[in-house]
Order: sequence, then C-alpha cells, then structure tokens
Amino acid sequence: MSRPPAPVFLERRSYRRRRLMDAARLLPVVGALLFLVPLLWGPGPGESASTAEGMIYIFAVWAGLIVLAAVLARRLADTGADTGAGNGAGTGAGNGANKTLPERRERAE
Amino acid sequence: MIGFNILVLVCLSYVALLFVVAFAAEKRAERGEVGWLRSPVVYTLSLSIYATAWTFYGAVGYAVRSGLEFVTIYLGPSLVMIGWWWLVRKLVRIGRSQRITSIADLISSRYGKSNLLGVIVTVLAVIGTTPYIALQLQSVTLSFSVFPSDASAVWNVQDLDDTALYVAIGLAFFTILFGTRNLDANERHHGVVTAIALEAVVKLVALLAVGVFVVWGVASGPADIVARIEASPISDLTFAGGRWATLIFLSAAAFLCLPRMFQVMVVENADERHVAVASWAFPLYLFLISLFVIPIAVVGLKVLPGANPDLYVLTVPLALGQNGLAMLSFLGGFSSATSMVIVAAIALSTMVSNHIVMPIWLSTRSGGATVSGDVRKVVLLSRRLSIAAVLALGYLYFYFSGGGEALAAIGLISFTGVAQVLPAMLGGLFWRGATRNGAAFGLVLGFAVWAYTLFLPSFGDSFILPASVLAEGPWGISWLRPQALFGVASLDPVVHAVFWSMLINTGAFFAVSLLSFPQPLERLQGAQFVNVLEHSRNAPGWAQGAAEAEDLLIMSQRILGAGEAQALFQGQARAQGKAGYLPDTTPEFVETLERELAGSVGAATAHAMVGQITGGAAVSVEDLMAVADETAQMMEYSSQLEAKSAELGRTARQLRDANDKLTALSIQKDAFLSQISHELRTPMTSIRAFSEILMADGPMSEADQARFSTIIHDEAIRLTRLLDDLLDLSVLENGQVSLNWQDANLADVLERAMAATTSMQGKTPLKIRREVARERLDLVTDPDRLAQVFINLIANAGKYCDAEKPELRIAVARRGNTVVIDFIDNGAGIPKASQSVIFEKFSRLTDQSRAGGAGLGLAISREIMAKLGGSVSYLPGQGGAAFRVSLPRGQARAAE
Repeated sequence: MSRPPAPVFLERRSYRRRRLMDAARLLPVVGALLFLVPLLWGPGPGESASTAEGMIYIFAVWAGLIVLAAVLARRLADTGADTGAGNGAGTGAGNGANKTLPERRERAE
Repeated sequence: MIGFNILVLVCLSYVALLFVVAFAAEKRAERGEVGWLRSPVVYTLSLSIYATAWTFYGAVGYAVRSGLEFVTIYLGPSLVMIGWWWLVRKLVRIGRSQRITSIADLISSRYGKSNLLGVIVTVLAVIGTTPYIALQLQSVTLSFSVFPSDASAVWNVQDLDDTALYVAIGLAFFTILFGTRNLDANERHHGVVTAIALEAVVKLVALLAVGVFVVWGVASGPADIVARIEASPISDLTFAGGRWATLIFLSAAAFLCLPRMFQVMVVENADERHVAVASWAFPLYLFLISLFVIPIAVVGLKVLPGANPDLYVLTVPLALGQNGLAMLSFLGGFSSATSMVIVAAIALSTMVSNHIVMPIWLSTRSGGATVSGDVRKVVLLSRRLSIAAVLALGYLYFYFSGGGEALAAIGLISFTGVAQVLPAMLGGLFWRGATRNGAAFGLVLGFAVWAYTLFLPSFGDSFILPASVLAEGPWGISWLRPQALFGVASLDPVVHAVFWSMLINTGAFFAVSLLSFPQPLERLQGAQFVNVLEHSRNAPGWAQGAAEAEDLLIMSQRILGAGEAQALFQGQARAQGKAGYLPDTTPEFVETLERELAGSVGAATAHAMVGQITGGAAVSVEDLMAVADETAQMMEYSSQLEAKSAELGRTARQLRDANDKLTALSIQKDAFLSQISHELRTPMTSIRAFSEILMADGPMSEADQARFSTIIHDEAIRLTRLLDDLLDLSVLENGQVSLNWQDANLADVLERAMAATTSMQGKTPLKIRREVARERLDLVTDPDRLAQVFINLIANAGKYCDAEKPELRIAVARRGNTVVIDFIDNGAGIPKASQSVIFEKFSRLTDQSRAGGAGLGLAISREIMAKLGGSVSYLPGQGGAAFRVSLPRGQARAAE
C-alpha cells in the first residue's frame, strides 16, 4: 500500500489558491466586525453620533467589501473548480482502511 | 394628476408585459435555448426578491423612525453572500446533488428523509410567511390609494379591501399559470425567474430614479444632502446597540431560511458558478437599493411632514409634481410586492404539496401509486390549490388585521419566525451528530418561544393573548411575561424574542442531538450533507429488490410525464447496455429514479412512492448494514480457516518428520540385523568347517587335532563375547542396567584397566604414559563399568594405533566438578569423515587387525558413560586418535 508521501510544501499555484479560499472565508468576518464598529462610537463627550457620518462610514465599508468580494470571486473562478478540499481526508481514510487488514490477520494467527 | 383609470391601465399593461416576458422565456426554454435566461445576472436579479415592498416603501419609513438602523436588514444578507465560500456554496451543492425542492425538503432530507420535520418546517414557513404576503397586499393597496381616484378624493376601506382582493387573485392566477406549468424534474421556473429579474430591474431603476431626483433635483447634490441629514430629526437618533447587532444577525439568518430565498438561491440555481458572481453582485444590488433611502427620508420629512413615511418613495415625487417618476415608483413598488408573493407562493405550495398533501394522499391510497390515478395531475392540482390557499390566507390576514400596522414590524416578526430553521439547517450542514429528534425539538421549541414572545403579542390585546397576560404574565407569574421572559425586561421586544427563541432552539437542538441516536438513513444523509464538497455522490438507498421496472415506469410517467419518464428509462437502459425502455432495477437505477422523482414531489414522498413499488418502504440501509456484518463475519471465518490450515500444515510437517525418523530407524534396524547375522555367521562358519574336518575319517595328527580344536574354541569364545556384548548393549540401551555406585579412586580404576589390557597385547607392545599424581582423584561412580570403558579405549589404541612405536598418553584434568580423562595415541588418528560414525554399532573403520570385537565397544562405552552421567567423545586435533572421557566427580550419586 505504498502511497507516495504528500509533499510538505504545496505547489505555488495551489498554495495561492488555498490562501484565496482563506481570504474568501475571512472577508465576511472582517465585514461583520467593521459593521459593528458604529456600536463603539456612542455619544462622546460634547458630541453625538452623526447619522450622516455613520451612513458614509457604513456605505464606504460596504463598497469596499463588494469590491474585494468581486476580486476574490473572479480569482477563485479563474483558478478552477473545487479540488484539494477532500485530499487530506481521503488519504487519512485510505491509510486507516489499509491498516485494518494486516492487524486482523495478525490477531487471527 | 394621474387618474385612476390611467393607473389601472398602466398597471394592467405592466402585468401583461410580465406575462409576455414569462411566456416568451418559457417558450425559449422549451426550445432548449436557455442561454441568457440562466446567466449569473438573472440569478443575481432573482435573488433581489429579498427586497420586497417592505424594502421599497418600508425602508424609508424605517429610516424616518430609527435612522440608520434600516440598513442592518441589508447588511446581514450582504455578509452572507460575501461569505458564500462558507455556506451558500455548500447549500447550493447539496441542493443540486440531492435534488432539494424547498427548505422543508432540505431539512427533511438531511434528517433521514423525515416527513415529520418536513411538516414542521412547512407549517412554520406558512405561519411565518402569511403575514408577509399580507404586508405585500397592503403595500400595493396603499400605493393605489395614494393616487386620488376620479370618483372620490379619498378611498374608503371597502375599496382598499377590493383592491387587495383583486391583486391577490391576479397574483394567484399568474403564479398558477407560470409556477405550475410543468412539474419539472428540476423544479425550475424559467418564466417566473425571468419575470422576476425584470421586476428586479424595474424596482432598482425606480428607487434609483427617485433617489437621484431627490439628491440632484430637490437638494443640490451630495454635500447639500449631508447638510440636510445633519439638520433633520433623523440625525438625532442614536444607535441602539442591541438591535443593531441582532438585526444584522436576524436578516442574515432570514436570508438563508426564508422559503422564497431558498427557492431562488438554491432550487432555481442553474450553475454553481453563478453564486460566485452573485457573491458581490447581490451585495451591490442591496447597496444601490439602500443608498438613497436616507436622502429620500430626509427630503420626505421636509416636504411632507406628518404624512405616512412608508409611502415617501411614492408621495414625494407626487407632491413635487413628478407624475412620471411617481408612476415609475408605483411600478417599482408593485414589482417588489408581486415578485415576492409569486415566489413565496411557489415555494410554499411546493412545501405544502410535497410534505402535507402528497403524504396524506398516498396514505389514503393503500394500493400504492401504481394502482391509483394520475399522480402527476394530483401533484399539480395540490400545488395549484396550495397557491390559492396561501394567497387566500395572506388576504385574510390582511383583511382581519386591518392593515394599519407599520410595515417594518411585520417584516421583523416574520424574519424571526423563519430564522428558527437556522440551527437545524446549519447544524445539519456542518455537524454530522445532528439528529432528527434534535432538529424537531429545536424547531418546535424555538417556534413556540417565537409565537409566545413576538408573534402573538403583535396582535396587541387579543383573545389569544390578553393585555393582562402581556403586562403581568400568565396567571400573574411575572417571570413568564411574553416580552420579559425570566425577568429580562430591559431588551427590545425583537431582540428579546430573537435572544430567547434562538437560545432555546439551539440549546434543545444540541442537547437532544447529543442524547439521541440517529437512524441509519439519518447518519448516511448526514455524512452526505456534511461532506458534500468532498465527494458529491448520492446516498445508496436501495438494495436490489423486487421492484418491477414496468411498475416504476408506469408510476414515473404519472409524475414526470410520459415523454420524460420514457426518455429517462431508455437512457438508463442504454447505460446498462440494454435495448428498449426497461432497465434492470439495479440499486443505482432506483436511486437515480428516486432522485428524479424527488425533484418533483420531494425526497420523502419520492422515497415513499418508490418504496411502495420496490416492496417495503423500509430502507435497505439496514440491509446494507447486514451485508456489512456478513462481510465482517466472512472475513472472520476466512481468517479462522487460515489459522486452521496453518495448524494443519504444522501437523503435516511433524508427521512427515516422524515418518522420516521411522523410516531411518527401520533402515538402521535392517542394517543392524544384517550386521548381526554377518558377525554371527563368520565364527559359526569357521567352527562348522573345522568340526567337519575333525569328524572326517582318516588319519590326522595330534598336533592338527589340537590346532583345530583350539580354533573352534577361540571362535566359540569370540561368539560368546559378541553375544555378551550384544546383550550388554541391549541392557544398557533399554535402561535396565543396575549400576553399582561406590567411592572409587580414578588411579585404581585406570590401574585395573591397564592390568586387564596387558593380557591382550598384540605383537608390538603399547607403551602407556600416565601422570599418576594427577590421577589421585576420589570419585563416586561404578568402578567396574568405568574400567570397562577404559579397557575398551586402551584396547582400541593397542589394536588400531599404526605407529611404529605405539604410545598412549592418558591425561587427567579437572574442570570444575568434572573430571576429564583424555586417551591420546600417536597413530594416524581417525579421518574427519569417520569421526561421526565411530560410536555407532558395528562401525569398524578397518578390518586389518581383527583382534576380535564386533565394533560394539565404543557404542557400549558411550551408553555406559551416559548412564554414569558423563560422556565419551572423539577429540580431534591431538596428533593421533584421541578420546575424551568426562564424568562428574560426586553428585552423580545424589542425582540418581
């Protein structure tokens, strides 16, 4: 059952792709945090939170997120279909399944 | 001013346009020219049914009442779409691979095709969506009422109700016409989706137009608007922290759980890649929709203070004399309302028909789907009736609630209700341990809490929940006050309801999931859902059963339609390498068929229908498990066999060894016998020959007589000695010998042996060299037997030493408790090849000086030494023949 050991380092392109996925997963979290920032404004000493400023802030963040999402979506679509997601799990399962047989045999003897 | 007739005319023309577009799209799709009908743009636009009349009209009103907070309703969905890689991608993949028809189907399918869960989610969705449909009807009628009619300046309530009724009927008609045109295997509605996409464009353009008019027409640009915002009452409103975060979460949850959103996002999705585009395009759409809300609100407050802020989008242009713009705005609102109602009605009717009507209908037909009438017609009819019922419910809600409430309130109540599906959905997608019971408990409890804390109180003082209960709690228990459960009174009602319902829902879901044990099918589906991105295969559900392909074809024709079913069967048969329409009912085929049917009637119903024909609705997962068990047993058995055969092999080897030994022994015995007879025969021959000479008549000298009788005597002695030796050896080998143990001195024993051997010296006397001083050793042994061994060794040296001056050296040494006596002569020694055989019986290396002896001496010596607890062996490398006798000094006696 000699399976060639997985390389320690990924090829540059798949590495880039993994990081793209990470970025795609990270983006909504960043967005949520930024959208929650107005909660921290509160009425400061001597001034109250301004709706106009809040509106400009929210819409600016929103626009930024949309641009980033568009860039990521384009990049992810370019690098091809989903691959690699199941590799790790598959290898692990294969090893496990292959291991059981000799063990059984040993016990039987 | 726009007259009522013109309004109706425009409205009808718009509806007619929608009909034409939908019809054209259907025609195009039928011809197979899907093309742009299924582009990412259309997908994104169809998602925009999220923005209903609640958005179109309500957002401005919301902004007037709560400032910037309105935007939370759009931030949640934006985040969900931006985070598509987490969730929406998986949802769409599951929806496609499992042929999911609705959110109820998703939940039912995930938890082992449980119809119970399907029913729960369906009921929840109907209850949660009905007020929302009422809301749409209300907004359309309100927008009608804004335009003064020709007859009277003000509409009365009766007119409003009539308008709502007409709108409801018109929508039902449209929905039935395009939503249930065909029972498509993919549950996709090209006409409806295209019409919705058009409506999405209309409402966006309308809202943007009003916004642009407000910013650049009324105000003098963005800077002026900012200044106006600062000056308006909206600016004074502060952020309510709890509501801000809760509403972002709630809108995100509702976006995923709303039946209509699920319909367009998952069910109508044609290509997974469209999701990638929608991930930024849909947030952009919401961004544009929200962009001008606050400017419109600010200008509205200025222009029409005191008017209903929910209708500013319409009334502001009207008040400023922009009739064309007002008309566009009216169409935008109309589009928002109708598109939402159409999709919601389709989604709900699918759920009602698949999870409530069809199971009931199937259970009343005990004979099964094959015997009964046309299933296809039944499904379509139940869909149509469901659509009509859903719209009727919405109208009734509108009629009885009086339509007076602020639009936004109903929206949030509805959102909170449908969001109860979220824990079961996310849990089912990411956690394999989620079980059907957990999902059911979570849903029911969350739903109950929602109804108690938010839905029922929304009716105000009613007979279900009187004002006293609201204020003091049931039976005066203040901890159970609907809007202050467990004493939590400081929260906003919506936040309060979301907090408690989600907490109890999620808690029950996890707790019961952890405690309960899932059915095999649940576990299988769970693995399929959670790992859908790793391997998009479908659940093996059917072992080869008694299903008749013909019965299945008859049933499928009734659901899918004759042409499609035949094409499917033919394709499958061809894939199996068969001609004709009837493929073998392999598990793969039945599975494929079930999936196709699931696209029309839902997974649970399809499973049940195929189950009726394939004989036994009991899913063969159990069979699979049994098969797996059997396999395990067989493996066990074969490993046992293997062990046994190894044992047999060992036994056979042992038998073979024993056989070899026996054969060798038999050969030895034969050799021994032939040796014996030879040894006995030689002296007998000479005795007989000489006695015959003596008996012969004739003269014979005295000397001759004496010589002959001496020979006979010698031979007789030799014969006796041979027999004695044989007897001796036999006694020794059988262990019957009795040893005479006593104290002895080695020197004495050697002395005796030498004395005995001097008498049988040959022609050349053997010179013996001894070290007498070393020989003074006390032993416990049998001196006679030991002397016998020594005599034999010394005699051998005398007989066989071929040196000119034969010489024997007897060396004695002590090795610990062992005495070693070496007998070394100066002859040629014994060749290496012969060294191993000299101790065998009758082994004589040479026959040269036949001084008697049958070659038994060394064999006897070896036996004696073994009996005495020592040994005699040949010692190579000493310059001549050398024998070493080793024997223990004293303990041999104790060991006896």
